[in-house]
Amino acid sequence: MTLIQPIKRPSSLAQARYIVSENRVTFGSFLLFFALVLLAIFGQAIAPYDPMASNAAVALSPPSLAHWFGTDDLGRDVLSRVLVATRLDLGIAVIAVVLSFGLGSILGTCAGYFGGWCDRIISRIIDTLMAFPLFILAMGLVAALGNTVENIIYATAVINLPLYTRVVRAEILVRRDAGYVEAARLAGNGHLRIMAAHLFPNVLPVMMVHISLNMGWAILNAAGLSFIGLGVRPPTPEWGIMVAEGATYIISGEWWLAIFPGAVLMLAVFCFNLLGDGLRDLVDPRMRT
Amino acid sequence: MSRPSTVSIVIQRILGAIPSILGVIIVTFVLTRALPGDPAAYFAGPAATQEAIDQIRDSLGLNRSLPEQFFIYVGELLRGDLGNSLTTGQTVVSDLLTRLPASLELTLAGLIFSLALALPLGILAATRPGSWIDHSVRILATAGVSLPTFFTGLLLIYVFYFRLGLAPAPLGRLAILFSSPDQVTGLFLVDSLLAGDWETFRAALGQLILPAVTLGLFALAPLARVTRASMLSVLSSDFIRTAKASGLAPHTVLFGYAFRNALLPIVTTLGVVFSFLLGANVLVEKVFAWPGIGSYAVSALIASDYAAVQGFVLTMALLYVVLNLLIDLLYTVIDPRAGVES
Amino acid sequence: MISSPTTATSVQTSLLSVRGLSVEFRTRTGIVQALENISFHINKGETLGIVGESGSGKSVLALAILGILDQAGYVTGGEILWSQDTATCDLLKLPEKRLRQLRGQELSMIFQNPRVALNSIRKVGKQLVDVLRCHSNLPRSRLKARALELLASVRIPDPQQRYDAYPYELSGGLCQRIMIALGLACSPQLLIADEPTTGLDVTTQATVMNLLKELATEQQMATVVITHDLALASEYCDRIIVMHAGHVVESAPTHLLFSQPRHPYTAKLIAATPEPHKGFEDLVPILGSLPDLRREDLPPCRFVGRCDRADETCQQEELVYRQVGGEHWVGCWYPLEE
Repeated sequence: MTLIQPIKRPSSLAQARYIVSENRVTFGSFLLFFALVLLAIFGQAIAPYDPMASNAAVALSPPSLAHWFGTDDLGRDVLSRVLVATRLDLGIAVIAVVLSFGLGSILGTCAGYFGGWCDRIISRIIDTLMAFPLFILAMGLVAALGNTVENIIYATAVINLPLYTRVVRAEILVRRDAGYVEAARLAGNGHLRIMAAHLFPNVLPVMMVHISLNMGWAILNAAGLSFIGLGVRPPTPEWGIMVAEGATYIISGEWWLAIFPGAVLMLAVFCFNLLGDGLRDLVDPRMRT
Repeated sequence: MSRPSTVSIVIQRILGAIPSILGVIIVTFVLTRALPGDPAAYFAGPAATQEAIDQIRDSLGLNRSLPEQFFIYVGELLRGDLGNSLTTGQTVVSDLLTRLPASLELTLAGLIFSLALALPLGILAATRPGSWIDHSVRILATAGVSLPTFFTGLLLIYVFYFRLGLAPAPLGRLAILFSSPDQVTGLFLVDSLLAGDWETFRAALGQLILPAVTLGLFALAPLARVTRASMLSVLSSDFIRTAKASGLAPHTVLFGYAFRNALLPIVTTLGVVFSFLLGANVLVEKVFAWPGIGSYAVSALIASDYAAVQGFVLTMALLYVVLNLLIDLLYTVIDPRAGVES
Repeated sequence: MISSPTTATSVQTSLLSVRGLSVEFRTRTGIVQALENISFHINKGETLGIVGESGSGKSVLALAILGILDQAGYVTGGEILWSQDTATCDLLKLPEKRLRQLRGQELSMIFQNPRVALNSIRKVGKQLVDVLRCHSNLPRSRLKARALELLASVRIPDPQQRYDAYPYELSGGLCQRIMIALGLACSPQLLIADEPTTGLDVTTQATVMNLLKELATEQQMATVVITHDLALASEYCDRIIVMHAGHVVESAPTHLLFSQPRHPYTAKLIAATPEPHKGFEDLVPILGSLPDLRREDLPPCRFVGRCDRADETCQQEELVYRQVGGEHWVGCWYPLEE
């Protein structure tokens, strides 16, 4: 009898290197993502100027060696404000996404797993939310709850809720009658344990894709709300509000006040979209369009 | 074999939209009445006296029980009463009606622009896989959804107005020199054509181009992407092979057979795109000082003009429900199977 | 490699003569050598069967003849000679426009799974009219009438009502008849039927095949029946060619093929075909499976891996296609004895 040689698994490092080489674009977006996270954490520290310090003498000066992104109408350094704004913009989006992902997962899992009236009620609520153009619903929510940053977060969370609920529900429905779930049920596991320990973990990889894509949209939404004057108030640096403040100056040619924050905003959103696309290719190429 | 008649399908779809309308009304009711704090104070505005607040509380029936309030609310809606705007002093309904045509013209123009680009681009990308068009469309699709609408608008203003001087100043629908054409539809382009007024037409068109393009660019990416994907999928299906084997001319195969079948997912995506478009409308109106209901809502928000904002939300939501209904009906026209009960 | 048979005499009378046709597919995972050096011919009015397992290249062959291969498919050699009114041309060298004129008009194909092979959101009558409008000179007013005639000719009951039907409203058998009507709309000289009976129940199968046979005789049309069902081929075809892994391994008139199969594969196919008198134990499956056609090192005879008669010669020598009877040809170094 011959001994079968165990398959030599490649080391984790080799595996990682292989995945990276196959997906350079995704890897690039991962790097960009980390850069953004670092900026969010350390932005304040590496900003060359105090983002709030006004200096009337150099107001509205174009980009130069001293001020890479120029200065705004109060003489504040645009680069510093853009860097520091990273934390607020990303923070708002992250918290909103975490909230809606959390609540949406619970609702979606219950709806998909239990079915029946539980599913009907939850689906009805979600359908009703989806009957609104979502950005406009956010406007209405902020108007109703009050014009604060917390409410921007809650409003963004609410309008993202339908997406997560529906996706989780769909994924749970597909897996509800799978073999391993049957086995867990027969082994005497309670509903909660099955949902939390058996079903939901299998849904996570797909959710990673949706979360990444949704982050981009959450950032755009939050910036849009602050562009029209909701939530963040001056002089707080935030990308949306900086574009709004810079809008009046673009007509007279001082483009740097609005363009730089807008470009960085776009870059952040683009990063999350690329990341999401790359993750989708990794997780389930069939989802590709 | 009997197929349900068109009329019955239409009625079915309309009935199907009723739960959505009901849901929208309930949600706006909750938003306007069942809030933390004192809703009367919201409606009266930040500068109101205690008497004014009490008066409003009375007239809105806020002292009654919630179910009673709901019926009062629905009754007001059916009468077309959305309250009064604090900033303009008019009824919200009349404010909205005055400004609605502007927004409609903008949204329509944006939609036409994006469809006019997205469909051909998607078809070209699908029929020439691997070519530069294919790659461009794919990049466009990914990059396009990352563009903040307000940023694109400002960028376009900077390039085309400030730098190149091609576009007029972004100050609304018509430059001050011109007076608006006689109102027939409220759409300046249509009305000026109907009046035979070329000058006004050109002026209105000039003002419309940049905001319409900004709005259209936003919708372009998802539409181009779904057109390409849908065409690719359809072109490799069996019935196309049959059509080719029968020797049908390429343009018949492409447009008569392939494109019509590919339309189905495109129309579905259109529904989702509308949701984004209506939201982006608000942003574009702010950037270009377009006097539509979007900028009305924005100024109402800043001024805490509560009734106006909620009237706006309700109107947009109902508009969206109607749009979805139309898309549903369009779907049934294209796909005869859609009318069949499964 | 397998070298082509020299059928000098048959070229003059044959309607379609395929010589040394090779087709490959360029995919991300490699180049698939779908067809290698295929040669056969079909004469006017005759019914030829092409049998073989799934993946043997039967459908690819048909698509290549019509010139509607997938984008990844490339013809790497050979000729397809089409004879019409004493003129012969190579279909592979024709400009696309000319080919399109031939397709549907002289050379036609019908497909399996007719429900999905027809345009599901277009009325079947309109689909017929599309083909008629493309190829015939009929004035518009006459097109619908002609379409109704066609529907009647394939024995569809109540053609007026069926004209306005959508494929999803019709049964599989009816759809297949519509498919046939589509294929025969312009009275082609040659009809290729790719698995015309797959997915249909047995009685419908018989009806469809009988219909095809009748129409072929009426219109003096040559038919190629592609099928994996040996029994079907034995009943309806005059001659049969057997394909395996992109090669033609045997070709013979039907009665000869079944009474004296010479290629081991043909014999095994026959042995594996259910028949009323055979018990379940009598059916012998063919061991092994089709070789991976992406391999660079394919042996000259692709049946080598599944053959119990193979030896060194089969692994190395270029295969020669030899005549072993009147119209009986085999591609094998060790054909079965008579």
